[in-house]
Amino acid sequence: MTAAPLHFRDERLMLDPAGAAFWPAKRVLIVADLHFEKSTSLAARGVLLPPYDTRATLERLNRLVRLYRPKKVIALGDSFHDRSAAGRLSQDDRARIEAMAREAQFIWIAGNHDAGPTGMPGLSVAQYREGPFTFRHQALPALGPREIEISGHFHPKASIEARAKRVSRPCFVTDATRLMLPAFGAYTGGLDVHDPAISRLFPRGLRVFLLGQDQLFSFALEQLGRMAEVA
Amino acid sequence: MAALPAHFAAWFAKKGWVLRSHQHEMLEAAADGVDALLIAPTGAGKTLAGFLPSLVDLSARPGPGLHTLYVSPLKALGTDIARNLQAPVDDLALPVTIETRSGDTPANRRARQREMPPNILLTTPESLHLLLTDENSAVFFRTLACVVVDEVHALAGTKRGDQLALCLSRIRTLSPARVVGLSATVAHRQAMLDYIGSAARLVEAAPGAAPEVRLLPPPGTIPWSGHMGLQAAGAVLACIRQAGMTIVFVNTRAQAELLFQEIWKHNEENLPIALHHGSLDVAQRRKVEAAMEAGRLRAVIATSSLDLGIDWGGVDQVVQVGAPKGVSRLLQRLGRANHRLDEPSRAVLVPANRFEVLECEAAMAGVAAQALDGDPPGPGGLDVLAQHILGMACAGKFLPDDLFAEIITAAPYAQLSRSDFDDVLRFVENGGYALAAYERYRKLFRDAEGYVYVATERVVRQHRMNIGTIVEAPMLKIRLVGKKRGFGVPLGEVEEYFVNLLTPGDSFMFAGRLLIFLRLRDTVIEVAEGRGKEPKVPAYEGARMPLTTNLAARVRAMLHNAGAWGGFPPDVQEWLMLQRRRSRLPGPDGLLVESFPRGRRWYMVVYAFEGRNAHQTLGMLLTRRMERFGLHPLGFVATDYVLATWSLERPYDIDRLLEEDLLGDDLEAWLETSSMLRRSFRQVAVIAGLIPRHQPGADKNRRQVTVNSDLIYDVLRKHQPDHILLRATRSDAARGLIDLGRIAALLRRARGRITHMVLSRVSPLAVPVLLEIGREQVQHSAAEEFLLAETEALVAEATLESPTERKFIRSPRVRNMLVDPP
Repeated sequence: MTAAPLHFRDERLMLDPAGAAFWPAKRVLIVADLHFEKSTSLAARGVLLPPYDTRATLERLNRLVRLYRPKKVIALGDSFHDRSAAGRLSQDDRARIEAMAREAQFIWIAGNHDAGPTGMPGLSVAQYREGPFTFRHQALPALGPREIEISGHFHPKASIEARAKRVSRPCFVTDATRLMLPAFGAYTGGLDVHDPAISRLFPRGLRVFLLGQDQLFSFALEQLGRMAEVA
Repeated sequence: MAALPAHFAAWFAKKGWVLRSHQHEMLEAAADGVDALLIAPTGAGKTLAGFLPSLVDLSARPGPGLHTLYVSPLKALGTDIARNLQAPVDDLALPVTIETRSGDTPANRRARQREMPPNILLTTPESLHLLLTDENSAVFFRTLACVVVDEVHALAGTKRGDQLALCLSRIRTLSPARVVGLSATVAHRQAMLDYIGSAARLVEAAPGAAPEVRLLPPPGTIPWSGHMGLQAAGAVLACIRQAGMTIVFVNTRAQAELLFQEIWKHNEENLPIALHHGSLDVAQRRKVEAAMEAGRLRAVIATSSLDLGIDWGGVDQVVQVGAPKGVSRLLQRLGRANHRLDEPSRAVLVPANRFEVLECEAAMAGVAAQALDGDPPGPGGLDVLAQHILGMACAGKFLPDDLFAEIITAAPYAQLSRSDFDDVLRFVENGGYALAAYERYRKLFRDAEGYVYVATERVVRQHRMNIGTIVEAPMLKIRLVGKKRGFGVPLGEVEEYFVNLLTPGDSFMFAGRLLIFLRLRDTVIEVAEGRGKEPKVPAYEGARMPLTTNLAARVRAMLHNAGAWGGFPPDVQEWLMLQRRRSRLPGPDGLLVESFPRGRRWYMVVYAFEGRNAHQTLGMLLTRRMERFGLHPLGFVATDYVLATWSLERPYDIDRLLEEDLLGDDLEAWLETSSMLRRSFRQVAVIAGLIPRHQPGADKNRRQVTVNSDLIYDVLRKHQPDHILLRATRSDAARGLIDLGRIAALLRRARGRITHMVLSRVSPLAVPVLLEIGREQVQHSAAEEFLLAETEALVAEATLESPTERKFIRSPRVRNMLVDPP
């Protein structure tokens, strides 16, 4: 796994191909849209997906915690798929979270799926600031002066026309003032970055980092603004 | 002895017809009360033969209630046959009611049909399944005397055919109905007979006149590669000009669009020529079909969307542009021309490249010999079984023992093991997971006596919205809105991914028009007419049919026998003679492998002739083994005919490379990451009901938020690798996309009989495949990584790297906008 450095003013973030960001200076690990218990949430609507999604997500998160040894883990909202999801965690999964929370402070940012406090160890907040960064669930259309925003919510993915084939992957999206993280949860689909909901946040073009098996692939996508105008 | 009643005989006489012997035999089968399969060529009065016994019976014993059910793969066929049946019913004043039922039937009529069924109901497998899930199905089907299954050859061996077979097993429980199958000539008769019934009687009509097929090579030098055949557009137009009405068959929707444009460029007389393929709006397709029927068209460019279908008497010529792929498929297409039994149908084959010339020649010989091909139907899909079990639970409570006994009377499920049945039942009940997470959300309950019930009304509603075994990629509608905004004209649909490649102002070809992309609104792509530079052509996921084993064997035999080359176009003869001089020709037995250096690489070409799917899989396995041999393989490309690999080192010990154990560990390791399996899993998951296509209460016009099946596949494979749906996926893929059977046969054939030619340069026969390099799709995920890296590097090379630029990008503000090497 090779992480890619990304610079905002004097701060450096490392983008991990697993779909998380790490801020080495403060030892902060950032993940978005974990969507715990999505399977049991869908089951109530008659869709019985394999009930291993929370376990799979936690195993991946635990791998990153062991790798980076963060002091803080910031979950950028929609950590739980619905408001009662925390109550449906299996004992094992709850124990996995508690074990990680003993090693790092968890900051649970509220999302649209999990607006209330989750009852999990750590801090539950609407948004969080540290250094030049504002961490929130959904990107705001307009940012404050000198504000740099780190958000989730949209589950961005991008398609690249490679030779002989179009390749579509979840991705980080960024410009000089924003970083949008891909969803980290096991069953989270994606929204193409061409969709106006995402592209209008990046009127001067954007750069995407597609997730690969052990590296990121970086592309600048310039003309996205055009789409927003016409749509 | 079943005689035709007097008033029927008089009607035949008045029409100037005589009762044909197969029609008589079908009457006899009815009198004997046995199931029957009628095999007859087009134009032999097949449909009348199928219905005559029912009409005779209804005329003698009129009464209310459903008497005969007709099932065909196409809605349009039902409608057409309802109309044709009305003629004898009116002429003979028979007391018979005839109606159709499909997804398009209005709800009030469907409700009335349930209360007051017609005597003859014409429907599709999907609508039949829905009827059988109704709680009143026992009453509805009680009076049924006969089921007529049309185009059996197009259903048996497919998932729709599996579904229909399961429906028939239930119908046999509910009624004493006989089953009658109607089929074109088929390769696997016994399998078709078994499909109809374990004691079905075979009735065969006399074969029709042999078709007249000729080869029309493209003008000029015959191309080395390419499959579109656009070079022949002018020649195809000349064929069209000489006939009354022509169907021009092609192999893909993209080819149909391109050829249509190309033909119209030459069409100075403005001959009425239309386009027909499966992604066009239904109303547009009906318009084209109506124009054909009325004789207002001179030609239609069509894909398999016109392979089956109603009888357009006016078609007097079929042109096939591109590879015919198989003899049965070609015969099916040839049968679309001239529905008069005693006159030959006329057909022209237009190959797009040199190998296709060989394939066309082999197909013509196959047609003359009536050597039908195609795979025999395999065991029924477990995903279809899951859908059926839930459907039967919707109809009413059942005991698992009873349902199992009923299901194994269906031919595709005759070998179903009880443990597989139980696993599928458990999957339907609660997902069948090792982790008991879904007790509260069970779809089925069992009572103390062991009866199985459906849990809630919602489960029934959800099931009814999700039946069917045809799974398409997510589609978006295309609407022509012109300059003014508004509702616009629906043109058809494209796969969702295509829109992500478009920026407003881009142009693309669709429905025979050049269109400009305006915007995407919810699930609708809005377009205007207009021309842009380099219009794109949407491609579709639809499985490309591989070359059949039979036809491949014919091509190999022909290549080996120089005496057969006399009739080939001169370009092709020269090409083969040059190959014979410079290397060898592949033969009917054994396996030819060539290797030669080119650039700084070693190429290896395997002349396997086992079809694209098998070659793709073989390519994956072979390059893995080459890696282990230290040959440093860099890539491979597969066509229907050959597989080519390229590597840094010179290939050696070809016998070891292609040993039969290739299908052992290498296969297992590769399957772990294969995207073929992901594609198969998506189908299986949708059909089995794991991922619903529609949810009760969801807005149809919004894009459905569905869970990505790849993600589910990954999680399930890791946490419960023996889950029933993964097993179903494996067996599906083994038969279809990865085509293991043909690889196994190839390796057996090749054992000890591999001819390895080490050449100093590319051989003539290898040129076409080398030209395919770069054009071919790369299928597995490791290749995706490679492509991404390559694209990233290319972009970086093109956009960066002068010293001033480097200085500029050091400034943090722009740094993130440019490439930051990881």
